[in-house]
Amino acid sequence: MVNPKGITASLYVTCIVDQLYPQVGVSVVNVLRKLGVHVEFPVDQSCCGQPLFNSGYVSQARELALRVIESFKDSEYIVVPSGSCAAMFREFYPGLFESDPKLHKLAQDFSKKVYEFSEFLVEVLNVNQVKSSSDGLHTFHTSCHMLRELGVKNQPLSLLEGVQGIQTVDLPHRDVCCGFGGTFSVKYPHISEAMLSDKVDNVLSTSCDILVSCDMSCLMNIGGALTRNKSEIKVKHLAEILDEESS
Amino acid sequence: MAEIKTKNFLASSQMAIKDPQLRQALEKVGTGFDGARREAIEEISEAKWEEWRLKAREIKEHTIENLDYYLDMLYTNVTKAGGHVHFARDDNEANAIVSKLVEANNIQIATKSKSMVSEELGLNGVLESLGVDVYETDLGEYIIQLAGETPSHLVAPALHKTKGQVASLFQDKLGIPYNEDIEAMAKTAREILRDKFLNADLGISGANFLVAETGSLVIITNEGNGRLCTSAPRIHIGITGMEKVIPSLEDLATFLRLLPRSATGQRLTSYVSIVTGPRRVTDEDGPEQFHLIIVDNGRSKMLADPKLREALYCIRCGACLNICPVYQKVGGHAYGWVYPGPIGSIVTPNLTVLQNAKDLPFASSLCGACREACPIKINIPRMLLNLREELVQPNSNANSTSKFSEDIAAKSYTKLMKHPGILKLGTMILTGLQKPFLKGGVISSVPIPPLSIWTRSRDLPKLPDKTFHQIWKDSLKDNQDNNG
Ligand code: SF4
Repeated sequence: MVNPKGITASLYVTCIVDQLYPQVGVSVVNVLRKLGVHVEFPVDQSCCGQPLFNSGYVSQARELALRVIESFKDSEYIVVPSGSCAAMFREFYPGLFESDPKLHKLAQDFSKKVYEFSEFLVEVLNVNQVKSSSDGLHTFHTSCHMLRELGVKNQPLSLLEGVQGIQTVDLPHRDVCCGFGGTFSVKYPHISEAMLSDKVDNVLSTSCDILVSCDMSCLMNIGGALTRNKSEIKVKHLAEILDEESS
Repeated sequence: MAEIKTKNFLASSQMAIKDPQLRQALEKVGTGFDGARREAIEEISEAKWEEWRLKAREIKEHTIENLDYYLDMLYTNVTKAGGHVHFARDDNEANAIVSKLVEANNIQIATKSKSMVSEELGLNGVLESLGVDVYETDLGEYIIQLAGETPSHLVAPALHKTKGQVASLFQDKLGIPYNEDIEAMAKTAREILRDKFLNADLGISGANFLVAETGSLVIITNEGNGRLCTSAPRIHIGITGMEKVIPSLEDLATFLRLLPRSATGQRLTSYVSIVTGPRRVTDEDGPEQFHLIIVDNGRSKMLADPKLREALYCIRCGACLNICPVYQKVGGHAYGWVYPGPIGSIVTPNLTVLQNAKDLPFASSLCGACREACPIKINIPRMLLNLREELVQPNSNANSTSKFSEDIAAKSYTKLMKHPGILKLGTMILTGLQKPFLKGGVISSVPIPPLSIWTRSRDLPKLPDKTFHQIWKDSLKDNQDNNG
């Protein structure tokens, strides 16, 4: 497929993917290119500021927001492999600058260009199927911000179902929080762990081989507990699944 | 005022999670209440539900924006119907009004139907100190009164108790044989309370709604106890918060659809009582006096703050508690005051002291399930964020409550993130340093907090050799459009 629409997407990679799961970023680039999209990566991008914003440090979050907005000022579409960071951009950035009309407009214009990865594929590229294949039984965890802030619900599921020969199973209580919540997980570890333990039980109950999601922060949380419980279940970002092709 | 224990959140939530009986009791919340709510919505369709929610929100927005106007209308119409309206600025004033009425009318026995505002005021203690015998008549409230406890849920006050615990309590306090059968326990309570209803001089009720155009107080119950409290004794005192007023009976219809479905999944509760004034000359029964006490107690402070105002739209249905994964784990008492759960984490810090309740806005993963469940679409997560900001970066002169070390961490984080060069160096050092902690491809223990807290129950992934930035620079960037 050669870029029929002449679309250029700028990748916002997210801290966690950049630092801990770079292969997810590589897969996002591969999938977008496979679909004919020209991919750019503004290298001076920084953290979206969500950890600060969620901890009440709004003025510091504002500083980072300005930096991100600046890095993407020439972008047409901004693709984010995380429902959570995308929600920060789209739902919270404009509110950070409510008292300054000029910056507010800038933040609004920026936020309109932001798409979560699966949302970009389905809503902008009109793609419901990406040529790919993946072995094993898959189940999908819906991340909270993606579902409730962005309203992205069915797009990742339809993309997953579109994978050739894929086997899937419903995750019970798929839309219940995994207990991560950023600093919540270390400020109130007992609550976070209790929530996580329910999530892990639900994942284990599916007997799946692979747990898929669109947020590596949830997957770091759930995956970390799975390996600790000596489970063989692997966690993967949807982009990684769509990047796989049987040779 | 009811005792405030918000400072103990950390310790009480830790204890709650370890309490096996509480765990068992809390199981009803998710599968029971929230499940019933979902079914009730399914029955009438999502679209219809959405339509009602929008309507209800519109009514609340309008009423709260014009609260003085509707309170005035309510005042006029209650008075016209022969009732008395009292405004109380705080708990002391409200309790003083009740005390005066108790003394002037020589009250000996009072029956009460469920009222969260009276819990807020600590009214039972005040009545007891005046020598009044007070009986809670809602079964759940009766149970916790016997146990000497406080409610743990907005709708089901004794939710934290298992059947077995209630049976032991009844055996202990009422001297009846141990019996876990709920019907039998309810029957015992009803028999005891019937006698109190007949002899009470005073009935105290809360209000689910106050209808401005008719001057009516509306209570909805499943046990019919509310109706007995408001009609059998010679005096009826209704106590409620000022945000409970709605303009008209037509508006009431919208809320009567939303509230029972959100609370228990019922289409309608068994009893809906609309009380307007005391007994009229033509009435066969009913109280001789009707007093309505409208309580502020911190609410006008929320009204004045545009960011927190929508917390006053709450109809106390409890849906946000039932769906909340945190409430489901820690239960209501951990929150330390009358109003628990997500909405409690907004209301409690505002009606008590924010600085002493600073855990409440933070003890949330911000998953947003509460907002999704709320029949009035109250944006609870957004208000939690506002309170967090107020706590760490207050605009006023009030001192920030964040730990100094957290402030420093936030500032250095910002600096670090703005200079990816420094970050890169840090990552390189860490990649090298992780070696001693690596075990089977993951990091399962790090001795430094906060990572040590994380790794007590989960592994961390191994830091990769290269960040995405490096991979892009080294190999991805130049491949552009090669594999089209
Ligand atoms: S905030 Fe909404 S869901 Fe929670 S009790 Fe109030 S009305 Fe019900």
